Amino acid sequence: MQPPAEHVHWLFATGFLILGLCLLAEAVVGTEVWRRRAWRAYLWPGLSLVLGLFMWPVMTFFTGSTLHMLAHGAWAEVLMVAGAIELALVRGKLRSNWWRLGMTAAFLVSGAAFLVHEQNAWFFQRSAFLHHLLGWTFLAAAVFPLVRCARPRSHVAATGFALTFVVVAVMLYCDRDVAPVFGHISPLAGAPHR
Amino acid sequence: MNAELVSELEVPAQQTARARIVSLIGPLTALAGAVWALVQPYRITLLHPRGQGFWWLFVEPPLLVIAVGLLFYFLVLPGLLEDLEEGRAAPG
Repeated sequence: MQPPAEHVHWLFATGFLILGLCLLAEAVVGTEVWRRRAWRAYLWPGLSLVLGLFMWPVMTFFTGSTLHMLAHGAWAEVLMVAGAIELALVRGKLRSNWWRLGMTAAFLVSGAAFLVHEQNAWFFQRSAFLHHLLGWTFLAAAVFPLVRCARPRSHVAATGFALTFVVVAVMLYCDRDVAPVFGHISPLAGAPHR
Repeated sequence: MNAELVSELEVPAQQTARARIVSLIGPLTALAGAVWALVQPYRITLLHPRGQGFWWLFVEPPLLVIAVGLLFYFLVLPGLLEDLEEGRAAPG
């Protein structure tokens, strides 16, 4: 009854897409309007925490090597820590915007984990390509939470932050266990899917 | 026209633009999912269900994207527009 790994990626993509759309809506209407209802204020930190929680069973049941296990464990930790920090910021337990550096750290750790645990070249097959692309995307996008620390009202940073989650969702939806990427697939990768 | 009046008119215009943009998020997402389903129908295993296991029938990426768009449109958007409208109506 265990889902195949690609299905887990698609389910996480769905979570990231919901998150991305909500963050995008917050960027458009402004934080003040978005937080008028408590459930909306807690949605983003709560989802981050829940996605982190779900990452633990992924780490336990879906990782085939020590590197994969460590990478997924690192994601679980940083997602939960970042969610907890955001939760405390929304609740007013933490006040300094510099706590948002936790999210910057989460992006940097996620990006590094993607790049370190992918041992094949970009065009080995689709998942290798996506791991490289996701890694560099997270590293580059770390600039958005960093800017939000210094300029919390920046629309560009808020929109960029939201769109990062949408883009990550698209990449996760593209994931297949074994599939070609732009017509490339290594003969060592296995029998490809469409 | 008096400058104070102009600034009073600009705020509602900005709020209306925001309401329009945020109203497009759900439909555009659902449209993206529908286009994806048309371009890659083989990603919807419900169209060829024979011999497929539970997960292949349960997790259908293009349909999930459509569902997220609809979820946002019907669950998140109405309250958000209400709050945006309240913000516009509130004095000051």
